[in-house]
Amino acid sequence: MTDHAIVVEGLKKSYGSVEALRGVDFAARTGSVLGLLGPNGAGKTTAVRILATLLEPDAGSARVVGLDAVRDAAKLRAKIGLAGQYAAVDENLTGFENLEMVGRLYHLGRDQARIRADELLERFELTEAAKRPVKTYSGGMRRRLDLGAALVASPPVLFLDEPTTGLDPRSRLGMWETIEARTAEGTTVLLTTQYLDEADRLADQIVVIDHGSVIAEGTSDELKDRVGGERLEVELEDVGDAERAAAALAEMSYERPSLDEHTVRAPVRNRSGAIAEAVRRLDEAHVGIEDIALRRPTLDDVFISLTGHAAEESSDDAPAKVAA
Amino acid sequence: MSSLALTLSDTLVLARRNLMRIPRQPDLLIAYTIQPVMFVLLFVYVFGGAIRTPGFDYVDFLMPGIIVQSIAFGGFVTALGLSEDVQKGLIDRFRSLPMSRAAVLIGRTFSDVVLNCLSLVVLFAVGFAAGFNFVDASAGEIALGILLLLLLGYAFSWVFALVGLFSSSPETANSIGFTLLFPLTFASSVFVPANTMPDGLRQFAEVNPFTTVSDAMRSLWLGTPANTDVWMAFVWCFVLTAIFASLAVARYRTVAAK
Repeated sequence: MTDHAIVVEGLKKSYGSVEALRGVDFAARTGSVLGLLGPNGAGKTTAVRILATLLEPDAGSARVVGLDAVRDAAKLRAKIGLAGQYAAVDENLTGFENLEMVGRLYHLGRDQARIRADELLERFELTEAAKRPVKTYSGGMRRRLDLGAALVASPPVLFLDEPTTGLDPRSRLGMWETIEARTAEGTTVLLTTQYLDEADRLADQIVVIDHGSVIAEGTSDELKDRVGGERLEVELEDVGDAERAAAALAEMSYERPSLDEHTVRAPVRNRSGAIAEAVRRLDEAHVGIEDIALRRPTLDDVFISLTGHAAEESSDDAPAKVAA
Repeated sequence: MSSLALTLSDTLVLARRNLMRIPRQPDLLIAYTIQPVMFVLLFVYVFGGAIRTPGFDYVDFLMPGIIVQSIAFGGFVTALGLSEDVQKGLIDRFRSLPMSRAAVLIGRTFSDVVLNCLSLVVLFAVGFAAGFNFVDASAGEIALGILLLLLLGYAFSWVFALVGLFSSSPETANSIGFTLLFPLTFASSVFVPANTMPDGLRQFAEVNPFTTVSDAMRSLWLGTPANTDVWMAFVWCFVLTAIFASLAVARYRTVAAK
């Protein structure tokens, strides 16, 4: 048990008649990044709120660094940092004042809180903006400040609730780099996200939840294999070539290529060179190509594969495609 | 540090935070300065001529009442600030920190006391300019009146804290606060003597704590007969504080973002 910084067992929570969590189990090894993946309303935020002592579960237990999230809540709060979906910083204070305030509330003492605020502003490249009220900050800067606030007391465990939701692709990438730099220092991180590519990049272990239950668990490679990995999609000039195209691509694929009107789909394991190889093979087979593309699995693919239904938010796959 | 010292330190950190925002959002100062001045001028010069207050100049009768009303509403910044903190997720952050659970609310209500002192200075200035005078009041009675006002303001800060924690946005907090409290201040002896009101309303006004506190202020500052008003006014302040502080702290423990 001691090698796991976060252990959740049989966690249940209902709001009225809505079951947000229906008996969830997961664990995160000390120093690892656990990604909690699921659509809006899956129960991710509820799980984080329980772990961060903001909410009491109806049943089950949540232990963080050996402390119970309900019974030892007061002690636990000194060991965790929380950065949320909504950048929880005071807009009327400057970046420095926000971090100083949080440091004082962690009881670092005035001098230490100020030193720490300066350090974090520098680390998150906010030194130039340190004396400006946060309301003048961009969305990405606010998130960085919010993450900085979560790190003020250098907690051994960090909860990041959808750290990049609503950010533009560039800020998103910056946020990923920032999180990676922190996790390299040995902090245990629980990260929730709607985006497979985000979990893919940041998480050592991924837990997929839907309707309050864990439906899959594994490394990102294991999950992708269950979804089918990268898929080559070839749109044909002539439907009559379909059989020949499928045969030509069969050797590249670990599954039989599927046919759907003008399109042949073939899951491929190896992304690099896949398009060039496919074009060569199809050319040799004298198959005319209208369009050819490699499609990465999206959260929707995971969901369709695991649950048979699509992730509810239609906008979910948009940022994933942008970042891919 | 002991837990009491930690609570005090957390409270001061948060009170300071609340006060720092005031000069950065000068529009909030309007509520503490221009609004009370406007009320005094409106009632003294527009309505004052038509209102009979036997034995007193209307301005003398009015000032204690209008100060009571202004101070009671002084806590509205707490409602705005708390509902904003809930909406923006700051309350989540505070609740996840190893800090005192009461400090966020006590910090709010403490900073209201500072702002109410500012409000009192403005009200006294405009009151004296409009011709208000203490009648038969000793320095001790004047001071006791000021203490009563600050306690009343403190009690209503907790009322507004509860309103803020139940509102989904600062705008709702604002309208809930005013819809609940505004009529309450008018159905009392704040602006006119209650004995001129029709049956039903008069009985309501007589038990209204705003009447008790306004009459207590008049007895302290104008020498009107006190009856039980003065000590009852203090009792009201303590009772309101006790009830609303416990309700607000209980609500704070479970309040969630959005």
